[in-house]
Amino acid sequence: MTATALLCLPFLWAQSSGYLTVGRAPQVAGKRGATVEAKIPVSVASGFHVNSNTPAEEYLIPLKLTWTSTGALEGGEVTYPKPSLEKYEFAAKPLSVFTGSFFLAATFKVGASAPAGPGAATGKLRYQACNERACFPPKTVEVTLPYQVQ
Amino acid sequence: MTRNRLSSAILAVLVSLLAGCQKSELSVSAATLKPGKERHAAPEFALKDANGKVVHLADYRGKVVLLDFWATWCGPCRIEIPWFMDLERKNKDRGFAVLGVSMDDEGWEVVKPFLTELGVNYRVVMGSDSTAQAYGGVDALPTTFLIDRDGKIAAVHVGLANRKDFEDGVEQLLQAGAPADDGNRAALPAVSLGAK
Repeated sequence: MTATALLCLPFLWAQSSGYLTVGRAPQVAGKRGATVEAKIPVSVASGFHVNSNTPAEEYLIPLKLTWTSTGALEGGEVTYPKPSLEKYEFAAKPLSVFTGSFFLAATFKVGASAPAGPGAATGKLRYQACNERACFPPKTVEVTLPYQVQ
Repeated sequence: MTRNRLSSAILAVLVSLLAGCQKSELSVSAATLKPGKERHAAPEFALKDANGKVVHLADYRGKVVLLDFWATWCGPCRIEIPWFMDLERKNKDRGFAVLGVSMDDEGWEVVKPFLTELGVNYRVVMGSDSTAQAYGGVDALPTTFLIDRDGKIAAVHVGLANRKDFEDGVEQLLQAGAPADDGNRAALPAVSLGAK
C-alpha cells in the first residue's frame, strides 16, 4: 500500500459537507476514570480555506466542534491545531485559517461508573469556507467518535 | 521526419497554450454585458426590507438594478459594498438602484447593525433559499446581477469582481436609455418568493 493510500485511509469513511470532510476518528479506549485523547482527521478541499477557531476578524465565523452526546465519556475539551496566517485579496490583513489536512484533538475522561463495552460520542463541526474570491454559507458536519470502555 | 514530428508536437502544445490563454480571456470578458438577445428575465421576488416592507423586483420597473447577494460574514462582499454605495450615490438620479439581498441566517439582528456601521445608502432585503434558487442556486458570495431597464439579466459576477466592471456595466446600461415597450417586464415569471 502506498504512502498516499495510507494518508487517505481516515477519509475512506468520512462525513463530507461541501468544502470540508471529517474522516473516521480512530477508536479511543480506556478504563473507568482514565483520560483518553481522540484525534479527529479533517480535510479542507484544495483551493479553499476555513476560518480557524480564532478568526482574525470578529465578523468571521469560526470553526467549532461541539459535542452533542458523549455517552460514557465526560468532558471533551477540544484542542485546535495552530492556524496559519494567510493574506487574501479581500482582506486588509492576514486571516487566521485552516487549509489542507489537520487533526482536532479532544480530551475525555471515562466515566467512573461507565459500563464496559463500546459506544460512540457524537458532535457537530461548524465551519465557513472561502476561496480566493468568494465565500460560502456556513455548514455543519456530523462527527462520530467510537470508544471502548475497558 | 522525427524532427518534423517534434516540431509538430511543440506547435500543438503552443497552440493548446494559446487556446488556453484565449479561453481565459473569454471568461474574463464573459463578465461584461450580454447582448440583448441573450438576456433572460430576472426572476421576480417578494422580500422584506429592514422596515418590514415587502419589496418586489417589479417595483424597480424601468430602472437599471444592481442586485447583490451578500452576507455579513463574507469578506469579499465587504470589499464590494462601498463600491455599490458609490454607484448608488452617483447614479440614483439617473434611473439606477442597488438592491442588496442578505443571505445571513441570523437575519436582521446581525444585518441591521452592519448596515448602520457602514452607513449603507441603498435598500437591503432579507434573502431566502427560494430566491437564491430562482437566481440559479446562488451559493458563492458575493454574487451580483446587473439587471437592465427591461428587467433582464445583463451580467452576472460570481465572487469578488473588478470595480471597473461594475462601473462600466452600469454606465452602459444607463446609456442604453429607456426600457423597450414590448411587454417584457410583464413577462417576468410570476413566481412569488416568500418574504423571510
